[in-house]
Amino acid sequence: MKDKGKMIETSAPRTRRTDDGLGPNSDIGAKLRAFYGAVQDQPIPDKFLDLLEKLDEVERAGRRKDT
Amino acid sequence: MQQSPSFKRELLATLPSLRAFAVSLSGRHDKADDLVQDTMMKAWAKQDSFQMGTNIKAWLFTILRNEFYSQMRKRGREVQDTDGAFTERLSVHPSQYGVLDMADFKKALDGLPPDQREAIVLIGASGFSYEEAAEICKCAVGTMKSRVSRARTRLQDVLKISGEADYGPDPVSAQVTTHTLG
Repeated sequence: MKDKGKMIETSAPRTRRTDDGLGPNSDIGAKLRAFYGAVQDQPIPDKFLDLLEKLDEVERAGRRKDT
Repeated sequence: MQQSPSFKRELLATLPSLRAFAVSLSGRHDKADDLVQDTMMKAWAKQDSFQMGTNIKAWLFTILRNEFYSQMRKRGREVQDTDGAFTERLSVHPSQYGVLDMADFKKALDGLPPDQREAIVLIGASGFSYEEAAEICKCAVGTMKSRVSRARTRLQDVLKISGEADYGPDPVSAQVTTHTLG
């Protein structure tokens, strides 16, 4: 009886990644990560960096005006 | 306003993954990049509402996802270029699986209902927990789990590959292999 209670307690209370079939041994999981990784591993496009610079610049200019 | 430099740095660090998520959602590289840019502008404008030290990745993914669905609603779903733009670019960066194999996978992924597609990507590739993914998609954790599971089953069916922890061929494909080779 005691053991039963224990078992419930020790079973993972939240996210268990091992039972979702997407772990390291999963073919689907591996393909999914390869697909995702192929995009993720590409260098950040210049247009993104330019945009970030521009946003930063506008903000700094705005701040200068404020003070 | 002290937070700006480090907000920028964190945004920058999340961009590659954000972009991969955008490609997974929209199915196209050009659309995905527009989506990322819109997300960057939205996030920048809302940065005061972001609390440093909390999960910026989940915050940005939420903005991008909201943006994607609101644009879809506005424009109506456009015809997707299933094999074109993405495969072309992907061929510059071939993965360990080879371009052809990956194109098949991409097609299968695109064939999933959007809610299942985003679920399996967030859990299987973006590295979010079920709790985080459920929050991003504004659904219950149980719903997230069942979407991931349905997505996985469907991909396995479409791609005709076996599940987990099975390095050797299953009885059926073993037969096929033997038959083909013999």
